Amino acid sequence: MSEASGQPGAGSPGAEHGRSRLRNTREEIEAAENQALEAAARMGYPAASVFALRLALEEAMTNAFRHGHESLPDEPIDLEWSIGPARAEFTIEDRGPGFKPETVPDPTLDENLERPSGRGIMLMRAYMTDVRFNTRGNRVTMVYDRAAEDAKRRAAAD
Amino acid sequence: MGQSDSRLRITNSDGVAQVRFIDRNILDEANIQQIGDEITQVIEASPAPKILISFENVDHLSSAALGTLITINNKVRNKGGQLRLSNIDPQIYEVFVITKLHKLFEIHPTAEEALGSFRK
Repeated sequence: MSEASGQPGAGSPGAEHGRSRLRNTREEIEAAENQALEAAARMGYPAASVFALRLALEEAMTNAFRHGHESLPDEPIDLEWSIGPARAEFTIEDRGPGFKPETVPDPTLDENLERPSGRGIMLMRAYMTDVRFNTRGNRVTMVYDRAAEDAKRRAAAD
Repeated sequence: MGQSDSRLRITNSDGVAQVRFIDRNILDEANIQQIGDEITQVIEASPAPKILISFENVDHLSSAALGTLITINNKVRNKGGQLRLSNIDPQIYEVFVITKLHKLFEIHPTAEEALGSFRK
């Protein structure tokens, strides 16, 4: 179930929006993801930004299904997105019990480097401007601010 | 699992199993699991496996795919084997740097350089 619209949202002039209820199939995940990423391409986001958005979306949805819905394999998750010329925002909500993101160990520490899991959230934080979880830990909101990310990339290139 | 279902192209030259991906995006959990299983078969078939995984044509990979690479690295090392990675797109290489996994893996720009780095 998926819908997209070009109606301007409050506080985000010219943004496109979409909302999908997704089951854990590659087809549904990719169809929703492509709607959002095609909107970003229409807004003139460069390839590096689209790469960042795809990566963050993939990691957030994988976490929702793999961890949030570990005991709820048939339940869908909800994705909402808003892509404007200056700012993109995604909210992913699962129906699981939630978790405490601060309890996930830092995967970049030498002692954790060989652990095969635990990198999704750090990648979301690395590639998005802001990543916030609700108190229960079953909903994540991620913001990509183009000006902030362009400045980050320029600083990294210097 | 028939050969036609494989997510990989695996060739052997000079005692090195060279692995390439068929998919441009390594994101799907079932595919990642299958890739891990196929490479594990290669590891188990050799007493001291030498494996080169080439990422040419790969545009995206997820943290789950990184996890599978780590598991493969551990299995190769446990058998006294050698693992090399090559041809990683700059955007994906950045993912290795952010996660510090560029310190864990031996990564070469090209397959030729990686092949030349295996110890006899």
